[in-house]
Amino acid sequence: MVGEPLERLFVTAREQILGDIRRSLKRAVGEPPQLEAAPLPAPALRVPMTDRNLYCDLFGKKLENLGGKFIRVRDTAAVVPAIAELLVQKSAVASNAPFLRKCGITGLPQVHSAFTDRDELKAACAAADIGITSVDYALAATGTFVMLSSHNEARLISLLPPAHIAIFPRSRILANLDELLSILPRPADQTSSMVLITGPSRTADIEQILVKGVHGPGEVYAIVVDEQ
Amino acid sequence: MNAPEADIQQSLGDPRLQLAIYTATRRLIDHRAGVVSDEVLPYYQDLRNEANAIKKHTIENLDYYLEQLESNVIAHGGHVVFCRTGQEAADFVLDLAKKRGVHMLVKSKSMTSEEIHFNERLEKHHLEAVETDLGEYILQLAHQRPYHIVAPALHLTRYDVADVFTKELGAENEVVIEKQTKFARGVLRQKFLQADIGVSGANFLIADSGAIVVVENEGNARLSTSAPRIHIAIAGIEKVIPRAQDLAVFLNLLGRSATGQPLTVYTSFLSGPRRPTEIDGPDEFYLLLLDNGRTKLLQDPEKRQSLYCIRCGACLNHCPVYRKIGGHNYPWVYSGPIGAIITPQFHGVNEDTWLPFASSLCGACAEVCPVKIEIPKLLIKLREEVVEVKRRQAAGDLERFAFQLFAWIATHPKIYLLLASLGSFFFPIVPRIGPLKQWASQRTVPEPANQSFHQWWASRSKGSS
Amino acid sequence: MSTRVSLFVTCIVDQVYPQVGIAITEVLERLGYQVDFPATQTCCGQPAFNSGYPDQARTIARHFLDVFRDSEYIIVPSGSCASMISHHFADIFEHHPALLAETHRLEPRVWEFSRFLLEVAGVEDVGARFDGIVTYHDSCHALRELRIKAGPRKLLAKVQGLTLAEMDVAEECCGFGGTFSVKFPEVSGAMARTKIDSIQKTGASTIVSIDSSCLMQLQGVIDRAGLPLRTLHLAEVLASK
Repeated sequence: MVGEPLERLFVTAREQILGDIRRSLKRAVGEPPQLEAAPLPAPALRVPMTDRNLYCDLFGKKLENLGGKFIRVRDTAAVVPAIAELLVQKSAVASNAPFLRKCGITGLPQVHSAFTDRDELKAACAAADIGITSVDYALAATGTFVMLSSHNEARLISLLPPAHIAIFPRSRILANLDELLSILPRPADQTSSMVLITGPSRTADIEQILVKGVHGPGEVYAIVVDEQ
Repeated sequence: MNAPEADIQQSLGDPRLQLAIYTATRRLIDHRAGVVSDEVLPYYQDLRNEANAIKKHTIENLDYYLEQLESNVIAHGGHVVFCRTGQEAADFVLDLAKKRGVHMLVKSKSMTSEEIHFNERLEKHHLEAVETDLGEYILQLAHQRPYHIVAPALHLTRYDVADVFTKELGAENEVVIEKQTKFARGVLRQKFLQADIGVSGANFLIADSGAIVVVENEGNARLSTSAPRIHIAIAGIEKVIPRAQDLAVFLNLLGRSATGQPLTVYTSFLSGPRRPTEIDGPDEFYLLLLDNGRTKLLQDPEKRQSLYCIRCGACLNHCPVYRKIGGHNYPWVYSGPIGAIITPQFHGVNEDTWLPFASSLCGACAEVCPVKIEIPKLLIKLREEVVEVKRRQAAGDLERFAFQLFAWIATHPKIYLLLASLGSFFFPIVPRIGPLKQWASQRTVPEPANQSFHQWWASRSKGSS
Repeated sequence: MSTRVSLFVTCIVDQVYPQVGIAITEVLERLGYQVDFPATQTCCGQPAFNSGYPDQARTIARHFLDVFRDSEYIIVPSGSCASMISHHFADIFEHHPALLAETHRLEPRVWEFSRFLLEVAGVEDVGARFDGIVTYHDSCHALRELRIKAGPRKLLAKVQGLTLAEMDVAEECCGFGGTFSVKFPEVSGAMARTKIDSIQKTGASTIVSIDSSCLMQLQGVIDRAGLPLRTLHLAEVLASK
């Protein structure tokens, strides 16, 4: 029993903290969670029962309210024409997402992709004007992109360049965060990084005046494709 | 310690500061109200109840969840370091930096790191910690403490910022806010790309996933945790929640309560170093779990609910006292109502004995707290403890005597009536010697009535029989 | 055979604003109630409780239980005193089972005045007349603990000749807080001035509340500033003809 000053010298910080916690809570080592006085409610996931066909428009409206841009196209062939103007005189880094290849993004001359080396990718992103990615999911209720880090999607592409274009099929749009968590109850099983991106980077730290594009991209575009 | 009366007076007498505090908090109040209304979020009160229940369960079983968190962090290739004190946390970072040959690290906003004077401890040993959140960066340059849990530079004007950049960085004096922001972005971008260690806080620790959740608007936390090859997260042990799915409750409350945003711009769910197939991300991840007195707060079954706090800052925004005296008049880094209840618990009730009394008990804080901490109730409990401390120190005798006397009078109606008929004034029941002078300085003091209600009633009854 | 109601006037009304007690009595009698005033009443103990003296508060609260044991309806002209009794006596007697049980029997019989009119007497129009523009201050305990907000406004809406103009900070604290106003007088004064600045924008000449302590706080600062504003308890407005 830890109590003697000499013994305390040999108690690790971990043992001391956990020991102090157990003493305060009157719990034994290895005791399972006590449930009577303080039960743990089942997860409360509230997924609205609305028409999924409305999600795309809602997503677009929310994104635009935040200062992002929403473009809806009919099929994958219409993607490149829709963003052609954005790429003029600009350099871009694109992720390895299969959907981007399908949309013809990776073939464009000013787009650099197929990075596998971390340092090369970082340098390219730091120099690029635009980062182009797909998304794993999007959330209609908040105009959010959901991106899981993987061999297809690196973290820095949607972060370092001052503009971010996300291209994805309409079918990936979910209702809200609750629906995301109901289909992905443990994101850590899949990835070391899941990020929810809701609009352009911003701050109001000085006099509460809103400024966009502080560290992350100040310009955010969503190109949503109707066809699979 | 006594209240910082001179400083409070100065804050009250500074119209520019009063306006800055009032408009900033008013904006945050209105934004929050817009996204928790019945029309927009009909289940807002349910969320609060659920959040309170989850926190209560977790705190009451904290050891279990910390161990589950630890084993899942390790399973994903990360390391967990338990830290009893701020110095232990700093020592770990210094040691690691030394081993890896690192002299500069980037840091995202963390009140926990402010609590333990993290940057100062590192700088003493020549490890540079660069704040990357715009407000925190400005404060770091200006050598100031945050003014608010969520809006650290609330008290500064663009002219203050221009002066700081000129003085500390030799920049041209630039007062346009957008340009100031772009300037900071440029400076800090280099730091993100050069740093080998990134330090973050954590809004939540997820036990079933071995993950941390960091919310932000600027992107500096994402950069700090994704660009450098080592990521260190520092978090208080009370930040743990049982399941990733519990984020449906907490993320729906945090942004709304803090700034009126249903979701902040970036919400990162990070679980350790990058996986083998991932292209970028850190190679090493360390989660520093900080005690620094939290286990002490756990000891009191009634007050341990103070640990439910998710640091949204709503209580500050709604507190009429905070909105007058501002963040720097509180003795610790945590200000406002949450600061008022945890400061005495961390530092002892005999430090800053004035703090629990610096409240009119209006309850605005409790009404907006997303996790339903009963702040006014805890303030009263802390007042009782201060009174007890004073009794043992044989201080505050006059006030104690006054309340004992009043209790006696109030239970002896004939005496009460007798004293009343002599024109004595009983309300408010506090010592009027000394303190009354200051009370009276702000207002015209009311006179006792010519005839009390008791007397009116008595004469009416006589008349009617 | 009219219903009997007991009046707990509160010490501030008793000593400083007896006209509030008189007004309540008038209104209740006008509505046909028989008003009873247990003369041994003194205080609810709130000042002691809020200042960190639970033992003294308990002593006073026990006396209150004795005085009002047999009262079927206890009418209170104060949100803060009513909530002290119906919400915080339970805290005071937490470790005293018999007194706690008695407190729970007492709680449903305690009625803040406006709530009694609306929910027991079932009236919104008490036949009052009051000419002028009035603004209503939501006192904190009434608003947040008793959830009283729409009620007094309904009653004021039915007063002939009265125009209600809302200030934009109706729910902000007036700064009294009992001993708070003595320990932190400048902050307390600043909070009152914020309210008064907002009130002046409404064009109202009268401020109404259901708490005399708030009205005392505001009137004190108003008089110091020499402003043409007056404060009245809701009961006084409802008793006006």
